Amino acid sequence: MSNESNLHGQPEIVTGHEVHHDEHHVHHHNETFITKYIFSQDHKTIGKQFLITGIIWAVIGGLFSVLFRLQLGFPDQTFPILETFFGRYAKGGQIQPEFYYALITMHGTVLVFFVLTAGLSGTFANLLIPLQCGARDMASPFLNMLSYWFFFMASVVMVSSLFVSTGPASGGWTSYPPLSALGDLNQGSKIGTDLWLVAMALFVVSSLLGGLNYISTILNMRTKGMSMTRLPLTIWALFFTAILGVLSFPVLLSGFILLLFDRNLGTSFYLSDIFISQTGQALPNEGGSAILYQHLFWFLGHPEVYIIILPSMGIVSEVLAVNSRKPIFGYMAMVGSLFAITILAFLVWAHHMFVTGLNPFLGSIFVLLTLLIAVPSAIKVFNWLTTLWRGNIRLTPATLFSIGFVSLFISGGLTGVFLGNSTIDIHLHDTKFIVAHFHIVMGVASFFGMFAGVYHWFPKMFGRYLNSTLGFIHFWVTMVGAYLIFWPMHYEGLAGVPRRYLDLSGWHNFNHFGDLNKMITVVSAIVFAVQLMFIFNFFYSIFKGRKVRHQNPWGANTLEWTTPLRPGHGNWTGEIPEVHRWAYDYGKDGREFIPQTEPVGKGESHH
Amino acid sequence: MEIAVEQTQQRKKIHPHKFTLWVAIGSIIMMFAGLTSAYIVKSNQAGWQTVGMPNVFWYSTGTILLSSLVMQMALRSFKHREMNQYRLLIAATFALGVTFVILQWLGFRQLWNSGVQFRGSSGGGQFLYVIAGLHALHVLGGVIALMVMSVKAFLGRTKLYGSVPVEMMATYWHFVDLLWIYLLIFFIWVG
Repeated sequence: MSNESNLHGQPEIVTGHEVHHDEHHVHHHNETFITKYIFSQDHKTIGKQFLITGIIWAVIGGLFSVLFRLQLGFPDQTFPILETFFGRYAKGGQIQPEFYYALITMHGTVLVFFVLTAGLSGTFANLLIPLQCGARDMASPFLNMLSYWFFFMASVVMVSSLFVSTGPASGGWTSYPPLSALGDLNQGSKIGTDLWLVAMALFVVSSLLGGLNYISTILNMRTKGMSMTRLPLTIWALFFTAILGVLSFPVLLSGFILLLFDRNLGTSFYLSDIFISQTGQALPNEGGSAILYQHLFWFLGHPEVYIIILPSMGIVSEVLAVNSRKPIFGYMAMVGSLFAITILAFLVWAHHMFVTGLNPFLGSIFVLLTLLIAVPSAIKVFNWLTTLWRGNIRLTPATLFSIGFVSLFISGGLTGVFLGNSTIDIHLHDTKFIVAHFHIVMGVASFFGMFAGVYHWFPKMFGRYLNSTLGFIHFWVTMVGAYLIFWPMHYEGLAGVPRRYLDLSGWHNFNHFGDLNKMITVVSAIVFAVQLMFIFNFFYSIFKGRKVRHQNPWGANTLEWTTPLRPGHGNWTGEIPEVHRWAYDYGKDGREFIPQTEPVGKGESHH
Repeated sequence: MEIAVEQTQQRKKIHPHKFTLWVAIGSIIMMFAGLTSAYIVKSNQAGWQTVGMPNVFWYSTGTILLSSLVMQMALRSFKHREMNQYRLLIAATFALGVTFVILQWLGFRQLWNSGVQFRGSSGGGQFLYVIAGLHALHVLGGVIALMVMSVKAFLGRTKLYGSVPVEMMATYWHFVDLLWIYLLIFFIWVG
């Protein structure tokens, strides 16, 4: 509770108004390596910790997908090298079924939670909220540090689950009971699933601690003049993301706790009337409901996809406006649509459950609410395109990734209209169509937003630039590759190819997809290799990249570019600057850009 | 003192830490909302067995209500700078908190011995253990915080005049109290 004393010297001084008077507190403390880089309470360092941990997870999760793509693309071939690395999991050089299911489960869990939630929100909320709101740090730097270390502990537990003898969780990233509840059904449902649940519980704690801090920093710690309507859209997006997380993650935790009880203590929350043929045993559980778990899971699970996409939307809005040298089109409409998406996110979870025997009348209500999301989504797409329209566009890697985001969001969003209709969903459910849909609209698109953010704010994070040539190669290969991987999956899905199956050779009517599957696998390996090139660029540039010489390298209006080139803990050396205008005065009155800190001149219209 | 007054006038916004606590409370409410709605969904399905409330829970309810009152008095004496009284009252709140957790444990034992156990068919009992258990965990978190505050109050080394931590403690404590009342009414009403 007195943790900002590290920063301000005395516990009373915290709000935005008061920090103006405490410039004498900005001195640097005697920081050791440990307090500066490891147990740091500086939001910028914590952001980098989230980013680098996220990168490590992305490599692991991405590699898993390349491995199971090998099985899907070349089901008849053997790869002896796999046996060298994975032993009995790839006996004779072929991926074994339980290994395959562990791979897809961990791929989903890692990418959805550890990379695109912690790695994306964790990075940019930490980096940008205090810098763009004009605060010296988060409302509670200590809780913020805990948020990272809970994520780290979750990571350690999740990694350790990969090495237990019965293998990691393999009941799918959703971990539906009864499969995930009974160790007798599945090797991965033994200790692996317990570790998975513990890791996820720690992850939830991390998200909650982070989210609480983000909300209260945005609402309480803004600098003088920074009204809510002057905030950059990145902050609005991160704000709604945090609200979604804080309200939906606890419900997921409830669901996980009940699952832990069912697994280990013999309760019957989700289990009922089960006979296990492997052991010839009838279980005493009665009256449980597996559907109950699905409700609890998807009450988080659906907001979760917006937790993933909203930060990217915010980043893209900011990057596009800066690099089009134009104000964002329809600022209030952007905020309004973020708000609408946040509300709707809580009201559509049952569209994941159309085939569970849900009452069709109830289903039709969820169809309506789901299709309503098209409205704010379309508003956003329209506004991004009109922001680009007749802009003076600078094609930096960040801009390209932002434009790529818009493209992917359109293509992936349109297939959402198909899936949101319960009648069509009966055919498309659990096919490759849905895999294609959510990878494009949520997976790859969010990654593009994240890349845009990394390229754009790398100079602020490390005082150096990323190499642009490698950036362009990274963009084009990823962009073309993403479409080559996922576009064909729509056709497979429409033809009925199921997801999650490890071998489709038993279905003659799917045989003609054989070459297509080979192509997808080859492309996914190439795209993965290009991501490794990006990671090389990332780490190389931290130490050897071109140095940033100018305080405001992109000519942006927002406050983070008013800090020194390499800001210390506390961000601004003098007073925190006062804000006089919104963040999007680009190309106004013949001037290329007008920073937020510049007072409104005479005769100038103001926001 | 004048400076303090000036500062409070200057700061019209709520203290960020207090605000964080309120958001956290919202988050905790969502967790229990999830659990109690799961209870309602399940109670409409086949094989549901209702359970009677253990008598001990009435004593624990009395205890937590009393502790809330004592906490409020502790906050008042802190604000009036009556530190001796504050010390006693905060320690009393801590003791009552511990008593509450022990009473809950006794209630669970009573229920367990009466045959409501984890194995086998589902029912209100299993939910009662999970929901009231999670509530007790939240109380325990508050008890640990109270312990830290009591120790600090008695050692008296830190000269802390800001009332924010005490106010936050009181808010949280009243919250877990109200949460228990809600759960109790819920169990009686729905169960």
